[in-house]
Amino acid sequence: MAKANGSGRPSRLFRNLNAKIAAIPMILTAMVVFVGFSLWTVVYSFTKSGLLPRLDFVGLIQYERLWSNTKWLISIQNLVVFGACMLIFSFVIGFVLACLLDQKIRFEGVFRTILLYPFALSFVVTGVVWQWILNPDFGFQSIVRAAGWESFTFDPLNNGKIVMFGVVIAALWQGTGFVMVLLLAGLRGIDEEIWKATRIDGVPAWKTYLFVIVPMLRPVFVTALVIVTAGIVKVYDLVVAQTNGGPGISSEVPAKYVYDQMFLNQNLGQGFAASTMMLVTVAIIIIPWAYLEFGGRKRG
Amino acid sequence: MSQKLFFAATVAVFAFGTAQAEEVEVTHWWTSGGEAAAVAEFAKAFDATGNKWVDGAIAGSGSTARPVMVSRITGGDPMGATQFNHGQQAQELVEAGLMRSLENVASEDGWRDIVHPSSILESCEIDGEIYCVPVNIHSQLWLWLSNDAFEKAGIEVPADWNAFVEAAPALREAGIQPLVIGQQPWQASLVLQNVVAAIAGPEIYAKIFNEKDVEAVNGPEMEKAFAALETARELAAGSNVQEWNQATTMVINGEAGGQVMGDWAQGEFAVAEKVAGEDYTCLPGLGLADIVSTGGDAFYFPAIEDPEITAAQEELARVMISPEAQVAFNLKKGSMPVRGDVDLDAANDCMRKGLDILANGTVVDGLDQVLSADAGNQLADLMIQFFNQPDMSVDDVKEGLIGILEYDS
Repeated sequence: MAKANGSGRPSRLFRNLNAKIAAIPMILTAMVVFVGFSLWTVVYSFTKSGLLPRLDFVGLIQYERLWSNTKWLISIQNLVVFGACMLIFSFVIGFVLACLLDQKIRFEGVFRTILLYPFALSFVVTGVVWQWILNPDFGFQSIVRAAGWESFTFDPLNNGKIVMFGVVIAALWQGTGFVMVLLLAGLRGIDEEIWKATRIDGVPAWKTYLFVIVPMLRPVFVTALVIVTAGIVKVYDLVVAQTNGGPGISSEVPAKYVYDQMFLNQNLGQGFAASTMMLVTVAIIIIPWAYLEFGGRKRG
Repeated sequence: MSQKLFFAATVAVFAFGTAQAEEVEVTHWWTSGGEAAAVAEFAKAFDATGNKWVDGAIAGSGSTARPVMVSRITGGDPMGATQFNHGQQAQELVEAGLMRSLENVASEDGWRDIVHPSSILESCEIDGEIYCVPVNIHSQLWLWLSNDAFEKAGIEVPADWNAFVEAAPALREAGIQPLVIGQQPWQASLVLQNVVAAIAGPEIYAKIFNEKDVEAVNGPEMEKAFAALETARELAAGSNVQEWNQATTMVINGEAGGQVMGDWAQGEFAVAEKVAGEDYTCLPGLGLADIVSTGGDAFYFPAIEDPEITAAQEELARVMISPEAQVAFNLKKGSMPVRGDVDLDAANDCMRKGLDILANGTVVDGLDQVLSADAGNQLADLMIQFFNQPDMSVDDVKEGLIGILEYDS
């Protein structure tokens, strides 16, 4: 990316010619799959496609219906709640865990494995496991009640108002270990000299972490952020396995809306309109950020 | 790379191999105890013809299975035959030429004369040709009551919806869930269908769902139906099962007073060896009206260019509609046969009630027959929302319903 940006003279085009030729299949794939199919989806979102795609243009009707649909509006709301909670908690918890593991403790490998292990499970398994744990009749609530606290109530999956937090709990359990490992790798890359210097200056460890190490870990944070955000936008399987959008429609998410419209309601046009809106939302966030992040490099 | 080639080669060999044998893969979503027993009857009858039924059951009810079926057909990997609810679910597939016409078999065997009521076969007809075999008639208009539950609560088994509503407080006191509704959205729309048909009446039902008459939604009859819907929400508060058969199991075990469900619930009672009238009670049209609806299942046959498969498909179609298979299948399934000329001596009380109504009483079309998949699912979403939000008003439902009807017309 950076190389292409920096090209000034035409002769650079032919530099590393072999490598460029070798990359052509990948470039073609990317162009056709990511750009071509996305454009195709956008075009067909203006049609009245039902079960099969048809070029029968109806203007903005699909979008009007989308934005007046309660299920879609709830989906968006849920995604915001889910995204905010995921970003804040997975990074805070992940960073704290990484710092703790960084204290050169004994059996670090064991702890690291335990904390990362949930990440090896698919969202479907995670969803089912947490559906059981959060089931009021034989999960966490019933255990606490059996232990003597009769009035204890914790049934997020059966309460539409807090169901998203039940989903967040499962997602955090699954994803935090991954953030932790990425950050831990970043911490290991920090030069020992930095620590020596701050120690000589008498800076407390927590201050060093917060004001020296965190800014130094910026690239690692960005990587983790991109991966976690992508996971948030496309969350689908977790919800399907854990709540299937319920109770009622209170834990619907945009990706599930797209699937339901396309395959259950046999209304491809509506599904395409919804996925186009997801694409636009992501683009609105990514493009300015990418511009700031990579556009500034030119001077270096 | 070579691994991929190897994989492709094995797939090709495998595909070739299956094409040679006269095996017909049949996909369906009949996986609960009673349903599986019923579909095994078809398999048995088909295997007896010398062909081989390859069972392609897809778990998790129609809403999970249909997308799989559709994507296999549109993706160029068609099965030999597949279940759909007759109506509009497969219409676009037919229009796109992905399904084969059964017109020659149907006219040769005179399906138009033997299928009763004829609306069942009309739902299979597109542009004058028949594209599916109807295999059963399922009335969705039933209220199932657990005699055990009412005994525990010390009250008589109610004879209709009104008595059921009155009995509800006593059930609650005895620690029994009065009305159980699973969390699958279509189960909630079934309740709406029932109150409209039984309380507002079949004329209003036809006006709303067949003619998409928005005026009828605001009529005085519908006020009563909406009030009943609100009552149903109160009675169903606290039921948190997911699947319909889990809900039926609660009724079977006497943990719930009643369930509004189609007559496929009958199969579950049969598997649990419960006797109609003794262990459970069935009330058609909520006990208020002698009424059945004619939704049901049908089998469609994807167009496959292989004469051997085509012949086997025709054979399967004939087997499914044959009197013997119709009786064997429908007895296990708890549904009614699609032909009026078969003998159902073995039918139990509930089925007999249904058959009598089918012959003499009021018959309305099932929602799948009259609404598009899109409208049907929007309606289900609306209803499941209503049942889960105690603060959602009837007016919101009215408004939503009008929007859906306008969209679908």
